[in-house]
Amino acid sequence: MSVVPGQPDRIRTLLSRHRPRYGEPIFRGLVGLASLTVVALIAGLILVIAQQSLTGIAHNGLAFLGGSDWDPVHQVFQALPFIYGTVFTAGTALVLAMLIGVGVAIFLVDLAPAWLARPVGLMVEMLAAIPSVVYGLWGIFVLAPWLRDFVEVPLHDTLGFLPFFSGNPIGIGNLAAVVVLTIMVLPTVAVVSRDVLAAVPISQREAALALGATRWETIRIGVLPYARSGIVGAGILGLARGVGETMAVTMVIGNAPVISLSLFSQGYTMASVIANEFSEATTNLYRSSLLEIGLLLLMVTLLINAVARLLIWRVAYGSTSRSVLA
Amino acid sequence: MSAPAGFPAGPIGGRNIRRRRATDRLMRGLLGLAALLAIVPLVLVLAFVLIQGLPALNLALITQSPVPAGFPGGGVAPAVVGTLIMVGLGTLIGTPVAVLAGIYIREYAGGRGATAIRFLVDVLAGVPTITIGLFAYGLIVVPSGSFSGLAGAVALAIIIVPIVARITDEMLGLVPGSVREAAYALGIPPWRAIVRVVLPAAGAGIVTGILLGVARIAGETAPLIFTALGNDTVSTSLGEPMDALPLRIWVYASGPYDSWHAQAWAASLVLVLLVLAFSLLTRFILRRRARSRM
Amino acid sequence: MTAMTDGSSSSLPAVAPDALPLSRGLPLGERASAALEHPAVQVEVGSLHAYYGRHRVLRDVTFTARPNAVTAIIGPSGCGKSTLIRCLNRMHEVTPGARVEGEVRLDGSSIYAPGIDPVVIRQRIGMVFQRPNPFPTMSIFDNVVAGLKLAGIRDRQLLDEVAERSLQRAALWDEVRDKLKSPGGALSGGQQQRLCIARAIAVEPEVILMDEPASALDPISTLKIEELMDSLRASYTIVIVTHNMQQASRVSDQTAFLTVGDDGAGYLVEFDDTATIFTNPRQRLTEDYISGRFG
Repeated sequence: MSVVPGQPDRIRTLLSRHRPRYGEPIFRGLVGLASLTVVALIAGLILVIAQQSLTGIAHNGLAFLGGSDWDPVHQVFQALPFIYGTVFTAGTALVLAMLIGVGVAIFLVDLAPAWLARPVGLMVEMLAAIPSVVYGLWGIFVLAPWLRDFVEVPLHDTLGFLPFFSGNPIGIGNLAAVVVLTIMVLPTVAVVSRDVLAAVPISQREAALALGATRWETIRIGVLPYARSGIVGAGILGLARGVGETMAVTMVIGNAPVISLSLFSQGYTMASVIANEFSEATTNLYRSSLLEIGLLLLMVTLLINAVARLLIWRVAYGSTSRSVLA
Repeated sequence: MSAPAGFPAGPIGGRNIRRRRATDRLMRGLLGLAALLAIVPLVLVLAFVLIQGLPALNLALITQSPVPAGFPGGGVAPAVVGTLIMVGLGTLIGTPVAVLAGIYIREYAGGRGATAIRFLVDVLAGVPTITIGLFAYGLIVVPSGSFSGLAGAVALAIIIVPIVARITDEMLGLVPGSVREAAYALGIPPWRAIVRVVLPAAGAGIVTGILLGVARIAGETAPLIFTALGNDTVSTSLGEPMDALPLRIWVYASGPYDSWHAQAWAASLVLVLLVLAFSLLTRFILRRRARSRM
Repeated sequence: MTAMTDGSSSSLPAVAPDALPLSRGLPLGERASAALEHPAVQVEVGSLHAYYGRHRVLRDVTFTARPNAVTAIIGPSGCGKSTLIRCLNRMHEVTPGARVEGEVRLDGSSIYAPGIDPVVIRQRIGMVFQRPNPFPTMSIFDNVVAGLKLAGIRDRQLLDEVAERSLQRAALWDEVRDKLKSPGGALSGGQQQRLCIARAIAVEPEVILMDEPASALDPISTLKIEELMDSLRASYTIVIVTHNMQQASRVSDQTAFLTVGDDGAGYLVEFDDTATIFTNPRQRLTEDYISGRFG
């Protein structure tokens, strides 16, 4: 066997001539700059929106947060109906989504066989992939009429004396918004809860099983306590999604600045008033007041998100990347 | 002991074993019901989009511009063109920043720094997209004095950044450390090792992440309302208002005309097919990849 | 020493002779001339301490790896063998929180001197790892010339030459010459490790470090790697970590024996010619370890 003669000196010289001097600092600077951009985006969001809402903040004062009058014609801008509408719809939807979503998560992690868990899990994830505007379209033409005929009218006829079921059942309104929001918050809650539950060590389950616990008891005493803060985090993350959800709600809630306990009443949320009235806002003050609502919405969701991530990370570090997908 | 079977009951309330079994069955049933409840809406939405959208789906829909309100015919060509342009440009702007940021998080930031940036990226991912639209409005529309496709593209770019950055971060994390070591030991500078060896090894995963991000921003409406605004005629100029499929669906769904509703369903069908195809494909690849790497 | 190598090689009778293309059975004269192929340089280690954070893992190690010779580092697990070898090409500091005190000199100049780029050091001191780690997305050819290509050398003819020569010297050429374009990951474990050796020698380092290069391989592949080391010493200074004492006695000219001190840090017990270490060690600890009474 003949070995090609080596040319170590030639290669060493070549290599020393090709030695890069500035590549590393340049690249490091580049990637550092990119991640700085991401951080700057958050600061920029706050600053730019705050700056755009200065006119509104100056004119509206504190009554913006406390008053319930929204009258653009007379330049009165008070956001309470929207804050109320957001809290009412997102809060109710969250309760429903938690009941179903955590149930789905437990089912997927602890009960369902693999052949069932995979497609069901995928379908729940797909729920998050459908664009908001499509839910809105479906809400207007399918959900709202159905709710009116088969839920609202019967409830109105039988339980109409309760404040929750008073008023005119027309389909479009708080109930439709709650149902659509529940569907949209559900995948966030379910997917994050599933990851949190999956992160609970098997030993926790085995310990309970070894005590003679049934499947449900194992989940209740061995799994859920361990995952509690993570599931709470999933819920808060769902809340952030519900609070910020815009299109579908705008399309089915009726868009009237009313504060009402009734599920049949029309309502308004912070996000939907911005989406709905921005193109009509012809004066600077009107526009700026809408941006002020945007600022409030941004600050609230930033806070909710931060709390949620911290809670989830305590249980399943890194799993939030999946909720970014969801 | 009153346990029915021959075995002595366990220490947890052995006496009411029958009640415990009933509770177990009931809870399992309820959990299964929850799973069923969760997938019903998906089936319903998809079914209606398909049933309502299919009849109005034709070539005119994507090749013709809208006709005056209430008249039959016409299409949503400006929206198709606008969505392609803004999603394309948004991806082009957002993706490089996101991939580089993901590289920084995984390869350079180190323990605490990485955790902090990851946290901020996740928080950015949770910001309502409508506020990102407001940001782009204040950043571009106000100074330039005009609604524009560019403002819409920038808003979409901001939305795609956290998605792609986190996926890049995760995918780089799946590349074994031995690959980096091998490169360093050859005297390859870290940045070259990352660009030429580590990044290609994570390539398929990152590409699918980008596709997922594209699917996500293609369906966004809220951030386009005060940036791209919408347009009844086909416009390819980035300095002018531009239409988008989700915007058009919103306008048509909220309007009073049956022909609009029909086109809104058809446009939804196009959008849903696009988004679901992208999502399913990427999830499939991501899942296979994650498994093959571990 | 060479007699020892041949002696123990032939103690593995299951290997077919034609499966071993390299120096096996070469007359002593030829091997001596091969040793002149290229003069290598020496590596001096002086009062070296290594740390992970506040934890010291290596205490006060001093020895000199002779040029054109194989130096083995042996010792019980946890004695810092791998840490020591990773200090020799500044790979130790790649781990976050890891740092080094003391001196490592390559051909007389300190590799830890201020202003010295570790990248340059790693070009001059190659490394082969415990588990074969070919680049997953690259072909066999691209794997071999990765060090040159990634440094920006694009001369196609040169790359072809280097690839062929490096694969030949790694005793892999005949097995892969017809599939240079197929992925490196498709080779067997032993072939992958020889590919990694080819990749390391392609950049013409002056020193080659091997961190238990055969511990993940079957006996036949192990034998090939050992024979490879024997032929590579003609051009390079080689330092190898091994947990296998027979391997150390077969392949090495000098041996460093490390063990763990009471403080949990590894330290050098004895350093000498391999023959001396294995037949007539000065330290009791060494003798106990060699004879299997320890670790």
